[in-house]
Order: sequence, then structure tokens, then C-alpha cells
Amino acid sequence: MVYKKALNLSVTFLLIFILTGCSSTRKNVEQILFGGGNNNEAEIVSNAIPGSSQDFTVNVGDRVFFATNSTSLDDDAKAILERQASWLELYPEISIIVEGHADERGTREYNIALSAKRADIAVAYLESLGIAGDRVETVPYGKERPVAACSSEACWSQNRRAVSVVIIE
Amino acid sequence: MTNRMNRFIFLLFFLLFYSTTSQAALEIDVTEGNLRPMPIAITTVIDRQNEQLGLGLDITKVIASDLAGSGLFYPINPKAFLDEVNSVDRSPNFNSWRVINAEALFTAELVYDNERYRINYKLWDTFTEKSLEANYLVFSKSKWRNVAHMIADTIYTRLTDEKGYFDTQIAFIAESGPKTERIKRLAIMDQDGQNAVLLTSGRDLVLTPRFSPNGKELVYLSYRNGQPQVYIYDIQSKQTYVVGTFPGITFAPRFSPDGKKIIMSLQEGVGSNLFEMDLSNFDRKRLTNTSDINTAPSYSPDSSNIVFESDKSGTQQLYVMDANGNNVRRISFGTGSYSTPVWSPRGDYIAFTKISKGRFMIGVMFTDGSGERIITDGFHNEGPTWAPNGRVLMFFRESPGEDGGPMIYSVDITGYNERKIETPGYASDPSWSALMN
Repeated sequence: MVYKKALNLSVTFLLIFILTGCSSTRKNVEQILFGGGNNNEAEIVSNAIPGSSQDFTVNVGDRVFFATNSTSLDDDAKAILERQASWLELYPEISIIVEGHADERGTREYNIALSAKRADIAVAYLESLGIAGDRVETVPYGKERPVAACSSEACWSQNRRAVSVVIIE
Repeated sequence: MTNRMNRFIFLLFFLLFYSTTSQAALEIDVTEGNLRPMPIAITTVIDRQNEQLGLGLDITKVIASDLAGSGLFYPINPKAFLDEVNSVDRSPNFNSWRVINAEALFTAELVYDNERYRINYKLWDTFTEKSLEANYLVFSKSKWRNVAHMIADTIYTRLTDEKGYFDTQIAFIAESGPKTERIKRLAIMDQDGQNAVLLTSGRDLVLTPRFSPNGKELVYLSYRNGQPQVYIYDIQSKQTYVVGTFPGITFAPRFSPDGKKIIMSLQEGVGSNLFEMDLSNFDRKRLTNTSDINTAPSYSPDSSNIVFESDKSGTQQLYVMDANGNNVRRISFGTGSYSTPVWSPRGDYIAFTKISKGRFMIGVMFTDGSGERIITDGFHNEGPTWAPNGRVLMFFRESPGEDGGPMIYSVDITGYNERKIETPGYASDPSWSALMN
């Protein structure tokens, strides 16, 4: 009992510590690790090496999402693809594979075709922004590779996606 | 005490209800929902050379399990038998089988003959006291399960006037690992879930295997080269080859009824279209040419027509066209969307997956779209496949959630007698073979 109380107390203190001291502690860690003196949040995020797949994923955004059974790009999706195109212009030696995906609420073969269409539509938009077709490949995964495993819209909306994967030769 | 009492009441019940009806010719109508399985006595296969009842008993159990599994027969518990069968040659004491209400009686004996087994068997109508079947099979020991299934098929055929479906295999996808990183392997098993064999290592994602009409090959989808492509797997040689090179990904393959062609979808830019490929020269013929998703094609058993799904109306619906691609007509008009159509080997029905109000159902309709009937309805049922007699379906049912996954079920087209097929783990995409022997 006493032990349990002590544990509870220490958990509470830990929580308070995390909540109040979170940002300053993280800055200190960053300073120690990377030796930077002039920190702000944006700089911390961009620690990924420019032109790396991490840079692409974190700073550009590697995926766009779709509505149920839809293959059309909304404004958010277009904005992300525009950033992807700008980034690809910066690194002309890099090519990408666009993976198409569907949620689990469809039959297997239809979902392969649907996800192929999603990947193709994302690629067509990149091409319309000046990215050469020979730098982009597509692979349709249908419903075979979900990123979120629950069986509700919260997960299905994450799974209806086209993901651009950076290939560095 | 109570057990014996129950059995007595049970027997009384059967005698009261069935003794009058059983005078007519012994036959079950499999097209009706069968609520009254036929009581049948399956006596243990006599094995005089072996004291320990090994093989004879094993064969008996498989025959009884097949017949019980069809939902059309009720194998009577051998403990209720009043008579013992010591020879297949002597005529049985029919009265002692009628008393326990066995409408049919199966007897058999096993003879060991020059490193091979021979099973002599008979099927009797206990009321007319006539022999319905008297035959034998010679086999090597490793084939004993096939022999048991073949005999069960014969009994089924004699008593229902329909072809059996027990000596068959199921090709399927064996699934393992977490939902976000599922490992999928090509696999086959007997129709009753026995003898499951994994055919691929799990390195490449594989999907949708379908048997060739002769049962020797599977056509399936593999990501072996990074892109989904249609491959053929030769079961005996374990060799795999790609079905032609297409300018794009190929999927949704199925054999033609003569096994000489493959029909499939090719994804090309804005849509997916149907193609037929001749396996003798890899010539390909375009069957549809639209910017929609046209997929899941299946031939009619006489090869004259093809049923497929298309979203050209805005949602997935079923269409039938002539085998050359002409005369496309929509056949599904209910609420919701329809996909994965499969033409019955008898030609009378098309089975499908229907999605409506967030539920996934398996159903059947006549080939003109009339007479739609839902067979099972739930969170996720998908991908029906027909038993060779066109009277039973298998499909997979996926449970929801992070730990959810698919299992294979069989069900009569009447909707009765749903059963889970026991597989080593999660299993999906079943494909039923033709009769093997």
C-alpha cells in the first residue's frame, strides 16, 4: 500500500515535470545533441538531412488522403502534391514510387483497381506541375497494407491514401 | 441415465415422424432448405487383417463427417446400432436398421491385396431392402482420405441425385502477422480443412488464387516483381510463370471452363479493362474499353457469356456480356453495390458480394439478375466460390478490429448449414476445385 502510494505520487510528479518542463528540456537535449544555440521549433524539425526521405516525409508531406470510393484530389491533397513537386524540382536526381491504397471497406480486386486509380491521379497531378513521368512509378496495394488497423472511420480515413516513397539511388 | 432416456425419446420422435414418409423413393431434395437430415447408418469399415481397427475406422469417420457436414444427412451414433455387420456379402437384417430409423445403410470391408488396399462397399435402402450401390476401389494407403471422400460422394449422389463435392480441394490465402504487415501465402487444403499445404514462402504478397478446371494449376496475383501481376502455379512441379507481359498491372484472373484461356483485368491509366489471354500462344484480346473499373470477370460454364463488375453507373454493379465483349447488359439493380460475381458451375446462379449500408453480404441471383437472395449478412463477408455441384458456397468472413482477420466458411445456397472451415490460421480468398478423381 505504502509502496503503491509512493508510486502514484512519483507518477504525478513525473507528469507535472513533463507538462511544465517539456519544451525547455527538449531544447536542452537538442542543444547537447546538435550543438545549436539559436533554437526554435522549425529548426528542430528540419534536423532531417535536406534531400533525404526523412526530409521529404517530415517537411514536405509524403501522403494525400481520399474520401470513400473517391479518386479525386481535394485542396489539401493538391497543396501537398504541389509541395512534393517543388521538392522534387530541388532534387532532380531523385525518383519516387507512388503507392495507392484503399480502406478495408471494399472487395479485394475492386480495391486494387481503386488504389491504382488513386496513385495514377496523384502522379498525373505531379506531372501537370512539371515532374517528368520517368521519375515516377506507381504500385497499387488495394486494401493489403493499412497503416491504421482499427475498424472505424478514424482508421479507414488514414488508409485511403496515396503515399510517395522517395527512391535514392 | 438421462442420456439413454434422451436417446429413447429421440428415436421415438424419429419413428413417429418419419416412418410414414420414408416409404417413398429414398431421395433428398437439395434445392430446398433442408431441415430434416436423412438418418443414415454408416457401419465401421470391416478390417479383418488388422485387429486395431486403424484404417477402416479412419475411413468410416471421414465418410460420416463428410455426409454430416453437408447438412443433408444425420449419421446415427454407432452406439445406437442394434445389429453388427460382419460381412458386406450377406444381406443385412433390415428390420434392426429400420427400428433405429436408419433410412440408408452403408457397409464396407477392407482387403489388403498385394501392397494395395481394396475397399468393397454397399449402400442399402433399408425400407425397400434394395441395394443402391455395390462397388469397390483399389488404392495405395496414402490415398485413403481421397477414397473416403469418393465413397461419400457416391453415397451423396445415390441419395440426392446430385453430384457430390467431397473429393475436392480448396486453394486459399493463408494469413499471418499483424494487420498492418500481413504475410500472405498461397495454400491448398482438402475441402474439409485437412492436409493444408503452404505453397509459397510469404516473401511476396500473393492474392486471389483460382483453380484450373483440371485442378493441376492455380492462377493468382503476386507482387513478386514489385508490381501486381498474374501468375500460374503448377501444383505438381511447383513451378511458377507469369501470364504474358502487359503494359500495366494485371489482376483478377480466372480460367476459362476449358482451361485454355485466362480472363483478367489490366489497369491502364484511367481505368481497368478486361482481357482474355490464350495460354497456347499468349495472344490477348480486349473485351472492354472504358475508363471505368471493370474487373472480377467469370465465364458461364458453357463459355458463351462473361459476368463482371463495373462502376460505370457510379457504383459497382454486375454486368453480363457475350464472351466476345458485345451485348453488355446490367443485371444487378438492388440497393447498394455488387461485386465479385461468380457463375455457378451448373449455370443457374451467379453468386456475389453485396455491400449495402456498411454491411457485406454474400448472395445469389439468377443469371438475368432476377431472384436475388442474400445468404449471409454481417460486418464483412466476401468472395464466394462454388462447390462443383453448384449447391454449396465457400466465402471468407473478416472480423473487425486490430486483431481481426478472415476465416473461410461454407454454406448451402439455401442459406442453411453454415460451417467454419478449420484452418491453421487466418484464411481468405477460397477457390473450390472440381472433383479431383
